[in-house]
Amino acid sequence: MKQPLIELEDVSFQYEYQEVLHNISLVVREGDFLALLGPNGSGKSTLLKIILGLLKPTKGSVKLFGEKSTSFKHREWIGYVSQKSNSFNAGFPATVKEVVASGLTKKIGLFKRHLPNKEERVFEALHAVGMEQFANRNIGELSGGQQQRVFIARALIAEPKLLILDEPTVGIDYENVQSFYDMLYHLNEELRITMILVTHDVDTLTDTISHVACLNKTIHFHGYKDNYDSISADQRNEWYGHSVRQLPHMKKENK
Amino acid sequence: MISSILHYDFLQNAFLSGMIIGVIAPLLGVFIVVRRLSVIADALSHVTLAGIAGSLYLSQTFSALALLNPIYLGILSAVGGSMVIERLRRLYKHFEELAIPIIMSAGLGVSAIFISLAQGFSTDLFSYLFGSVSAVSRQDLWVVLSIAILVVVFVYFFYKELFVLSFDEEYAKASGLPAKWIHFLFMIVTALVIAASMRIVGILLVSSLITLPVAASLRIAKGFKQTIFFAILFGELAVMIGLISAFYLNLAPGGTIVVTSIFILLFVIVGKKAAIAIRAKKS
Ligand SMILES: Nc1ncnc2c1ncn2[C@@H]1O[C@H](COP(=O)(O)OP(=O)(O)O)[C@@H](O)[C@H]1O
Ligand SMILES: [Mg+2]
Repeated sequence: MKQPLIELEDVSFQYEYQEVLHNISLVVREGDFLALLGPNGSGKSTLLKIILGLLKPTKGSVKLFGEKSTSFKHREWIGYVSQKSNSFNAGFPATVKEVVASGLTKKIGLFKRHLPNKEERVFEALHAVGMEQFANRNIGELSGGQQQRVFIARALIAEPKLLILDEPTVGIDYENVQSFYDMLYHLNEELRITMILVTHDVDTLTDTISHVACLNKTIHFHGYKDNYDSISADQRNEWYGHSVRQLPHMKKENK
Repeated sequence: MISSILHYDFLQNAFLSGMIIGVIAPLLGVFIVVRRLSVIADALSHVTLAGIAGSLYLSQTFSALALLNPIYLGILSAVGGSMVIERLRRLYKHFEELAIPIIMSAGLGVSAIFISLAQGFSTDLFSYLFGSVSAVSRQDLWVVLSIAILVVVFVYFFYKELFVLSFDEEYAKASGLPAKWIHFLFMIVTALVIAASMRIVGILLVSSLITLPVAASLRIAKGFKQTIFFAILFGELAVMIGLISAFYLNLAPGGTIVVTSIFILLFVIVGKKAAIAIRAKKS
């Protein structure tokens, strides 16, 4: 069996008053391409933040790469593109190159300034997302989808073993979504990067994802994509209140 | 003109301090502005005033403290104020900006009490409020220089962390950077820069030297490093022109420096508009 990169055991989480996640157990293994599904407010972003150590679970344990999350030192192995990335300060005076290079910060380490061939790495990462011709543009001058690609490049430049993407296609126009997923497929297939993707596009992703997890406060299903396909629509409706497939593509941001 | 200025010791102090501040205030200012913390700089300057007024009062009341340079208590209260702001910001998570009026009024209130307790330091006080060409001592210059070295070393070694923190705080935390610590150091360094700048531009106008050159730079710079470069260039220009005119026209340098910065800002805004219009016409 492949190495587990993420192991959640009985994880619950509560914001000030409201329990958002209840007894979540989930294992993600090396090479998996996991689609995390669930309606708005079902706790997907919260779950990712727990994995990333941005939030502490009120109960349960989180292991990353076999180590307890609290003592895990190699955060640079995990790339993250947050749901909010497309609502960052658009006036920020940084070029695409500078933003992508900032993905190396943890890897370079405190008190050090440079890494050999930093420039090449920046272009490699930009090339991987097809954005090298925008290297010298200011980040605020790009479209939402282009910015999203830049943020993925920022995650890729540190050569992560695991990439976590929270609704990355929001803000990308419909025609470009397919090529975006092709890129993710390539990263997973050829660079062997394990993926966790929060999305509503299960249908578009047919050939790309290997696993599906359905979340609505608890995990209702976690398993191979094929097994997910054979679940009846009635069953899914029971989990979500309405069908995942019919969820609108554009989701409003929840703060 | 410059040579006659450098003839006097006190002018040397003012000009050297000014040149140094012209670099460090906009340098840190870029990070302050992009992190949307400009108002915090303003609040901190009012806390610094409390320290200055307190020190002036103490040295007037206790003869043993007569020679105490007010800059030290000013620095202390600025650093203390920055920590209190952080505490308050965490306490009022959803009203972070509430910390600012609290600190600002506390600073001004305490200053008002010290100022009214003591009588007769109005000239001194005036120079701290609006800056001074003649009141900068050699000791002040050394303090400014030491703070500048600290600031430059800090930005040099933490440049990439500061960049990430400014651009995307959540990402900084997710990638395991010690965001809390770096932010803490950043607040202290900000307090130091404010305390250092007040001798030249005055407490009430410190935040303008931190923000105006950056505002101008943001209009024309491409990328972050260029933003820093132009901000320092504009800051330095404003301080030099401001100090020289303050000296010859016998005005408070805080006023002349800020007015120069505003002219630079207007020039950049209008210049850019004109450049765009010309380019549009050609094509
Ligand atoms: N910072 C917060 N404080 C309080 N409640 C929150 C916070 N963030 C999210 N929530 C609540 O937690 C629930 C799950 O949110 P989230 O994880 O963002 O869901 P999803 O990403 O699946 O849309 C929602 O009901 C939301 O209102
Ligand atoms: Mg979400």
